[in-house]
Amino acid sequence: MNWIPDIFRRRKLLDDLSEEIRLHIEERAEQLIGEGMSPAEAQRQARLAFGNRTVLEERSREVWQWTGLESALGDVRFALRQLRRSPTFTVAAVGTLALAIGANAVVFGVLNALILRPLNVPDAQSLYTLERGGYKDQATSYPDYVDLRDRNRSFEALTAYILTQVALDTGRNPSEVWGYEVAGNYFDAMKIQPYLGRFFHVADEHGPNSAPYLVLSYAYWHSHFQDDRSVVGRVVQVNKHPYTVVGVTPPEFNGTLLFFYPDFFLPMVNKEDGPTFLDARGEHDIFMVLGHLKAGVTTAQAIGDLNSVGSYLEKTYPKDDAYMTYSLARPSLVGDMLGPGVKGFMTGMMLLAGLILLAACANLGSLFAARAADRSREVALRLALGSSRKRILRGIFTEAVLISLAGGALGLLGSVALLRELSVWHPIPQYPMHVAVYADAKVYLVALLLALASGFLFGAVPVRQILHTNPYEVVKAGSTGIIAGNTGRRVTLRDLLLVVQIAICAVLVTSSLVAVRGLVRSMHSNFGFDAQNAMLVDTTLGMAGYSGDRVPAMQRRMIDALQTIPGVQSVGFVSQIPLGGGGSTEDVFASQTTDLKPGNAAANVQVYKISPEYFHAAGTTLVTGRNLSWQDDRNAPLVAVVNGFFARRIFGSASNAIGGYYKREDGTRVQVVGVVEDGKYYQLTEDPRPAMFLPFLQSPTGMTTLVVRSERDPQQLAGAIRDKLRGMDDSLPMFIQTWAEGLNIALFTPRVATVALGVLGGMGAMLSITGIFGLAAYSVSKRLRELGIRIALGARRKEVLETALGRPLKLLAFGSAAGLVLGLLAAKVLAFIVYQATPRDPLVLGGVVLAMLVLGLVATWIPAQRALSADPLLLLREE
Amino acid sequence: MDNPARDLFPGALEMMILESLRRQPAHGYALVQHIQQRSNNLLQVEEGSLYPALQRLLKARLVKAEWGVSSTNRRVRTYQITASGQRHLEQQISSFERMFEGITLVLNPGKSPAS
Repeated sequence: MNWIPDIFRRRKLLDDLSEEIRLHIEERAEQLIGEGMSPAEAQRQARLAFGNRTVLEERSREVWQWTGLESALGDVRFALRQLRRSPTFTVAAVGTLALAIGANAVVFGVLNALILRPLNVPDAQSLYTLERGGYKDQATSYPDYVDLRDRNRSFEALTAYILTQVALDTGRNPSEVWGYEVAGNYFDAMKIQPYLGRFFHVADEHGPNSAPYLVLSYAYWHSHFQDDRSVVGRVVQVNKHPYTVVGVTPPEFNGTLLFFYPDFFLPMVNKEDGPTFLDARGEHDIFMVLGHLKAGVTTAQAIGDLNSVGSYLEKTYPKDDAYMTYSLARPSLVGDMLGPGVKGFMTGMMLLAGLILLAACANLGSLFAARAADRSREVALRLALGSSRKRILRGIFTEAVLISLAGGALGLLGSVALLRELSVWHPIPQYPMHVAVYADAKVYLVALLLALASGFLFGAVPVRQILHTNPYEVVKAGSTGIIAGNTGRRVTLRDLLLVVQIAICAVLVTSSLVAVRGLVRSMHSNFGFDAQNAMLVDTTLGMAGYSGDRVPAMQRRMIDALQTIPGVQSVGFVSQIPLGGGGSTEDVFASQTTDLKPGNAAANVQVYKISPEYFHAAGTTLVTGRNLSWQDDRNAPLVAVVNGFFARRIFGSASNAIGGYYKREDGTRVQVVGVVEDGKYYQLTEDPRPAMFLPFLQSPTGMTTLVVRSERDPQQLAGAIRDKLRGMDDSLPMFIQTWAEGLNIALFTPRVATVALGVLGGMGAMLSITGIFGLAAYSVSKRLRELGIRIALGARRKEVLETALGRPLKLLAFGSAAGLVLGLLAAKVLAFIVYQATPRDPLVLGGVVLAMLVLGLVATWIPAQRALSADPLLLLREE
Repeated sequence: MDNPARDLFPGALEMMILESLRRQPAHGYALVQHIQQRSNNLLQVEEGSLYPALQRLLKARLVKAEWGVSSTNRRVRTYQITASGQRHLEQQISSFERMFEGITLVLNPGKSPAS
């Protein structure tokens, strides 16, 4: 442990050393003088004989240093001094990198939360959800689920759940909350232990409505019961039925979907319309069936096992079951419903973010190269004084790494804040949508690695330059000489970097323009209804205790009541609003089909149950035939209005369809009386789908979304609607919003995509500005003298500008063209996410060209001014 | 780029310094003179290259240094070999002799090394 006292003695040791060396040279000189040399010559000879004093002293000092760290610290101190001397460069570099690394950290944070991080349940790696048939359908009927659960040999336990919304009355104001209806074995299959109280189990279930137990989520218990532990055992009202709260889930368990946090869990055997649900093999009401694979069972084995159960079901229940082949997927993003899309999108975003970082590195690389060129005299001098090239390179890399670490830290800070914002963001207020995207260790690590990697990447750009510095030439030539080499005709590394950077930025600008265009178009495309000037009122009568004949009676009363509100043009209702995030489908058959098994279906169509005025209230155009009327009730023949696609698919044309018959799943024959325009039903990007609209008096439904068309102010109207409905039944839960707000769900993905791409595009644009500006400003400042001479010799403004900025602008054009082509290729990928995102759009093409042009102008404006104002006299005098 | 003495083999300069100091303590300038004279000026080292080596020896406590006044009335820093320096030198010399023996055998096959 000798080095401990050495540290304290070091100051003295080093002073001793310097003194000793001084004395050594003195002694030698004195001796030489004694031999008859002149004092000056003796001094010179003594120093020559000694060798390079600085280097030798440094090497002697190194002996005492804690070598690696201390010389690194020295490098850091030196680099900090260098950076402080050029604050503009430092701020620009750190800022650029902070943006780029921040963008990467945010994208990676989301990617990590959505894709890399498994569900928060034990053994999430072996947890799979079942998907049926070629459409990867998750939905299953309860009897099929029971058969699958009991007949498979591959899963530890198969469980199931349904997303549901209920009116929960805990003694105060009843409120609508979202939760899961689960199979009795849900908690046991997920291996979750209660935080408080107990969970319900299979043994608690004895047929329909036998288990009125409610489990609360920790978050709901925390926010609505203020952590009151006495809640266990309390009786609450769920849709006006008494349920006993038995337990609370642990805080880290948020159900088995990544983005939808349930507030409660209740047994699905207690579904109110109990018997039909538990026995109806054809009703695919279960949202998801999932379970852990047994240890040692491969997915292929499990699929084989499930398929054999499936073929048994197909044979045994030919009327209800078809296409019973299975595949497995991860439950967190509803399997293949969202999984591949989210994965594809996030991968694309990660790639784009990576491109941003690359562009930033190219940017900083050329800045560094320019800086190294500016400092070539200093470098040459240091080399001449005996510094090693390694030492100088180490200095450059230290600077690069310092900048990258500072940028990384700043970027990470910003991204952590942004991710926190994202986690508390509720994009769609009526659903408990929620993505826990917080920055964990993985995000920090990725940001650090990216920062270091980019530091080395852009730090490496000037390496060649420094290795090839010839100190003698540089010192001899002075500051003007070296520049000649860099402004020659040949393509330099810096030019290449700029082209790459601009190409990348053009890709980003192109993609974001394509996305924005697509979004704008999708907002103005034909949905099959008019969302302007319409309010939606969601009420589920079942939650308020309505059943049987009271449902249609109440629905009619609500319509009548709302129609009396002044300013209301029309009121109608629909079972589920199109593009509202839900919807149900049904198989239909040609009227002559007798064997109504799924395989014989003519089409699978969207089913909407509506009141007569719905089309009017929704702004849906009737193409031909008649509208539904109040006379289409239980005593009248069964009728339907279908959309154009349905009419063409089954009857050949809209006019043929009028008066034609088709069969529904239950065998009833329905006559088509009208045809309405096609619309969008599930999502904006879907292909045309058939849809049928049935009169609610013939096909009753408890699900009621009232559509109120009025040009009144939405806020006032909402108040009036609420007053009216509360006056009829004050326990009726309702959710009122404008239809435009209701479209948030459908527009959510394209909006997120557009915003994300827009931000990246903006960053790309900014980077290209700084890149072009950097090069232009540099080339002008280096050639200011030459420009001055040209002006003195009578060059016109145009010629001066050509000389000064021709090269950066040429590079800009070249990079933009390359980027545009690449961007258009990349935009094809966007078409999957953004509706009508087509790259073959003159507006997009023109927009990109214009954008890059404007960027070029903005970036070269200041350097151009400077070039034009070059005053030959002033410049020549400086020499 | 490095000085020739270091190019001989690692530790050669240190060994020569220790050997000189074993004969008598000396300051840096005198050490250089001594080594150059003894080697018949064959080892044309830069005088300064001695100092890093001296610092290494100091750090390893193989020598110790003291400020004093020389016989010619100069302020000098005199180095002295320590006990562990003595031991180290003996080890170095014997391992150097073994190495030298080996090299000689390879260079002059058939002849026994000068003993």
